[in-house]
Order: sequence, then C-alpha cells, then structure tokens
Amino acid sequence: MAEAILFYLFAIGALVAGAQVIFRRNPIYGALSLVGALFFLSGIYVLLAAHLIAILQIIVYAGAVMVLFVFVIMLLNLKEEELGEQRITAWKGIGLAAVVASFGVIAWRALGPAFPQGALMQGDRRVDNALLVAGFGGVKTVGRILYLASILPFEVTSLLLLVAVVAAVVVAKGRI
Amino acid sequence: MDFFHAHQAQHYLVLAAMLFALGAAGVVLRRNAIIVLMSIELMLNAVNLTFLAFSRFPLVPNSPMGSFLTGHAAVFFVIATAAAEASVGLAIIIAVFRSRTSVNVDEFDTLKL
Repeated sequence: MAEAILFYLFAIGALVAGAQVIFRRNPIYGALSLVGALFFLSGIYVLLAAHLIAILQIIVYAGAVMVLFVFVIMLLNLKEEELGEQRITAWKGIGLAAVVASFGVIAWRALGPAFPQGALMQGDRRVDNALLVAGFGGVKTVGRILYLASILPFEVTSLLLLVAVVAAVVVAKGRI
Repeated sequence: MDFFHAHQAQHYLVLAAMLFALGAAGVVLRRNAIIVLMSIELMLNAVNLTFLAFSRFPLVPNSPMGSFLTGHAAVFFVIATAAAEASVGLAIIIAVFRSRTSVNVDEFDTLKL
C-alpha cells in the first residue's frame, strides 16, 4: 500500500520535472527541474531496493554533474535573444511522431506478451525477501560484484574518467 | 492498489519508457545544446531505471544473488560514463560558444556536406 502510494508520488514527480526540462525556455529552470527529476528517480531506486545506486544518483548526478551544468549555464549567460524563439516546423512534427511511436513500441513490449511464458506477468516474481535481508543492493553486495566479477570494466572506468578530465580541459581552455 | 502489486515490474518499465520518450523528445525538439545534453541525461536515467527494475524483478528467479546484482554494476558504469560524457560535452559547448557565440545546434553545420 505505502509502496504503491510512494511509487505514484515519485513517478508523477519525475515525469512532471522531466517535462519541465524539455518545455522550459530558460536552461537554468531546465537544469533545476532535472535536479528534481533525479531526486524523484532516486526515491524510485530505493523502492527497487537499490540503496547504493540511489545514494550515488544523488551524490554524483544531482551533486557533481548538475553543478557542472549550472556552472556552464551561468558562464555562458545567454541573453534573451540568444535563446531563440521556439518555432514549430514540419521536421519537429515528424520527430515528435517518431518519439511517440518509439514510446508505443517500448510500452507495448513491456506490457504485452513479449517475455517468455509471460515471465513478468505471473504476479511479478520478485527477488525474494531472504535476499533482501541479506543486503540486496547494499554497498557490500554491489561492491563484491564490482570488485570481483567486473574488476576490468571498473578499472577501465577510472581510465575513462581520467581521459574525460584531460579532454575537457584541453577542449575548453582554447590555448594551453 | 492491487493493480500496482499485480503488475509492479510493468509500472517501472512503463515509467522508464515515458522518461526515455521525454528525453528523446527533448533531443529532437529543442535547439539549445545545453538542453539537448540534459535530455540525454534524462534518457540515460530511464535506461538505469530499466536495469534496476529487471534486477529486482528478474525474468529467471532462483539464481544466486550475484546474477541479479549485475544490473546494479551496469548502472554504476552508466553513471560514471554519463559524468564523463557531460564534462566533455559541456567543454565542447564552451569551445563552440567561444567561436560562434551561440549554442543553437542548427547553426553548427560546418561539417555538413
């Protein structure tokens, strides 16, 4: 009961904030709405028992990445005329139709009989409670996966972040 | 509320599809490069939600816990990659803004044949 209420609360919040990202004209309102959407999504991750990911979502996404976005928006300091007016063109109509069609396909796959023997339909067999008590989604269990099963991608990620830092400085600085 | 408990996984999957469609609409409809980048972040989050939903409601239950949590590891890597992508993308926006004083993606057509 409480789970359902929380889900609908967080889902509506995330959708409204996500729509604000797209339909607000000024990017600073879009960025702050995206922070709100990320917070609502983090609540949904907690409902899915992904506690470590929910915390990472707030610290890395809503914290670090969005601060970067807000910094850049403030740095560029776009004037009213540089934001440009919103024009409705035929290409945008085609793009919107394609987006709606792709959503329809995804939702139909998720709701329809796409999974083997209706695997999700039978009362949504979930990870059972014994696993949840054993720390499903916590730091310890996810950490074991990260450091044992996927140690190579983990280390490659650190290299990727190093390359991204160097690239960001080189690209943005103009002259070294 | 029984409807929610009977079809929990579908709720999460449809929410993820809606968020993905919103992000895709942002990429297609908006001309501001910063908002396009933010829409991409929204789409990445929708994909993360799908990963986590399938790791909570697996198609093949009764496997060891590690096989469920692979989805969490994938989300971890997506978050790290998204941070790298955002930093490089914003650096490119700043560099382009310097030379063209604009962030309108319609004006970035130098590479167009």
